[in-house]
Amino acid sequence: MSALNIKKGSTSHSAYNLKAAYEDTVERHTLAILVENEPGTLARVIGLFAGRGYNIESLTVAETDHHGHQSRITIVTSGTPQVIEQIKAQLGRIVPVYKVNDLTVEGPSVERELALFKVAGKGDARIEAVRLADIFRANVVDSTLESFVFEVVGTSEKIDAFGELMRPLGLTEVVRTGIAALSRGT
Amino acid sequence: MTKAMTGAKMVVQALVDQGVDVVFGYPGGAVLPIYDEIFQQNHIQHVLVRHEQGAVHAAEGYARSTGKLGVALVTSGPGATNAVTGLTDALLDSIPILVLTGQVPTFMIGSDAFQEADTVGITRPCTKHNWLVKDTDDLARTIHEACHVATAGRPGPVLVDIPKDVQFATGTYTTKKARKSRYSPQVKGDITSITELVKAMETAKRPLFYTGGGVVNSGDAASQLLRELVGATNFPITSTLMGLGCYPASGDNWLGMLGMHGLYEANMAMHDCDLMINIGARFDDRITGVIEKFSPHSKKAHIDIDPSSINKVIHVDIPIVGDIAHVLEDLLKVWKSRGRKTNAEGVSNWWDQINTWRSIDCLKFTQTGKIIKPQYALSRLEELTKKHDRYITTEVGQHQMWAAQYLGFENPNRWMTSGGLGTMGYGFPASIGVQMAHREGLVINVAGEASWLMNMQEMGTAMQYKLPVKQFILNNERLGMVRQWQELLHGERYSSSWSESLPDFVKLAEAFGAKGIICSDPDDLDDAIMEMITYDGPVIFDCLVEKHENCFPMIPSGKAHNDMILGENADTANAIVGAGGALV
Repeated sequence: MSALNIKKGSTSHSAYNLKAAYEDTVERHTLAILVENEPGTLARVIGLFAGRGYNIESLTVAETDHHGHQSRITIVTSGTPQVIEQIKAQLGRIVPVYKVNDLTVEGPSVERELALFKVAGKGDARIEAVRLADIFRANVVDSTLESFVFEVVGTSEKIDAFGELMRPLGLTEVVRTGIAALSRGT
Repeated sequence: MTKAMTGAKMVVQALVDQGVDVVFGYPGGAVLPIYDEIFQQNHIQHVLVRHEQGAVHAAEGYARSTGKLGVALVTSGPGATNAVTGLTDALLDSIPILVLTGQVPTFMIGSDAFQEADTVGITRPCTKHNWLVKDTDDLARTIHEACHVATAGRPGPVLVDIPKDVQFATGTYTTKKARKSRYSPQVKGDITSITELVKAMETAKRPLFYTGGGVVNSGDAASQLLRELVGATNFPITSTLMGLGCYPASGDNWLGMLGMHGLYEANMAMHDCDLMINIGARFDDRITGVIEKFSPHSKKAHIDIDPSSINKVIHVDIPIVGDIAHVLEDLLKVWKSRGRKTNAEGVSNWWDQINTWRSIDCLKFTQTGKIIKPQYALSRLEELTKKHDRYITTEVGQHQMWAAQYLGFENPNRWMTSGGLGTMGYGFPASIGVQMAHREGLVINVAGEASWLMNMQEMGTAMQYKLPVKQFILNNERLGMVRQWQELLHGERYSSSWSESLPDFVKLAEAFGAKGIICSDPDDLDDAIMEMITYDGPVIFDCLVEKHENCFPMIPSGKAHNDMILGENADTANAIVGAGGALV
């Protein structure tokens, strides 16, 4: 809490009589961006974020419609509502961008991430790692006598939690795909 | 209809199909096949500039003065990198230009070949869109698409990078009609929002139109509708630097330009209005001053074709996304159908207030003694040229602001200045582009000597194509605006803001075969300006002016609209204090 003791979300300290949508609280939004799969499109999107000083917390991209030459980029970003609105408008301005959806505000959505964890260890730690992996419904995708590679799918929080548990048990490497998200329902 | 031809021929054919009549360019290894095709045809005139930056600014001048697409053609590597400033300039001012660049052959891309640069990579952030064409079959379609993207919606620069082997190879030509584009920005405004604005206009006591370059870009119809709207409502109107001419300077409701060096009455009206109607402007920082104090008591409406302009800087109450002409047409219809109402009494009182601000006469100056004041030079230029079919370009700095203050524009596309990027060296090549589009017009580049020297090589172009562009240089032997800021902000320590070895501009003109005129006496000024106008050919006019004149009025950085430094005898010491010093 700041020294001014301003309540979170308050607008009374602003020079403008701003509407609630223009609060200066930082929000986290998941954006789904449908783009034409042509050379440089990802660079345009990334360049926009870099050039205008926006945050990227997670980025996932792959072709989703081969015949239609379409890719889907999922970006998790953070900023004030005004910045989020500006990010969406700037994305919409990019010529090969077909559509920008803000999954955070457009109804409920599901988010998943896949991660691979390499855990090296012997004895009890090794047994404990397998037991925890089982609780997290993680799959063992590679094993040697001294290591495992676990595959975990779930929300980012679940993956964070799994990582924390594996750390004391000999975690040596992690890779995460970043968030993929879809809106719920039809 | 499809037809087989070489890529190089396709380039020319596609430009002809697009109605392009002039291309500004400079040849080099990677565009030789295209130059060979240009040599063998008569539809398109090629103007050989002396530097690629000049080609892009000339294309901008052509586009800004006609509303049509401007085209530049340059080679790979250094040709492309030299085009970057012009592309960025066009991006910030929303000017439709197409830049065609040569590229090393596709099989050499990525090998650090001679004159190779990652052109699409370098120009990605400074174009609206760009393309690298790797297959001759895609070339014609891409050029047509590029022309469409450059001119549709909010205009901007586009670039097509063409490897040399793609130019040599034969492919199938796609006609303009056969091209299918997905890119179609919304032009009609939301009628509910338009009605909401009309309702606000009906009751507003202190309304104000704040217009910008979007009106110019929307076309002549937008200016006509704007004039009708202003005339019918009797609301006052001000404009940004970019929008000058959309409403005539001689019009009754004209308050003059607003902003950092805008008129006192325009800025005061912005600060005190209760309804601000932004038409095609973008709340640039030269306009708003310090955001926290920007027009604190007004309801704000914003009409813009680009959704990203809305709420970018200033939060607005009534956003309307659409093309200015379309929106103004609907706005007028709705306003008329609801009975043409305004708060006449309120507006009348508002005009009384505005007229008291006007009476301050913020642009007054006194021409005394034997040294020409720059304001006097521009007042005389205005007086002696305003009846001509006149086009004005400028460089960037004090002279640019004085030109905006003291010259009057009656129509759009007559004032071509680098607003957003503030590119010194823009004006001279731009004047060449303007003159190419308007061979009979009187084209004057109002310049400072420092800016003008940045692209002076284009004298060769002006001479070669017999373009009678008038270079009206206000010579104070200083980087005037830099010097002014050093006076205001840095304790009069004039670090590197003067020129110690300027050329003799008359001899310089003569060296190129042009006419040079020097004038230092106010009594000789009228005759000298007349000599410049009547001379049939390029002229360099060296107008020696007061060296330490400041450009006022001025909103110092970090201050609000109602906190201006006014003209003569202003106290400039410590004008910029505190956080304002960090702003530009």
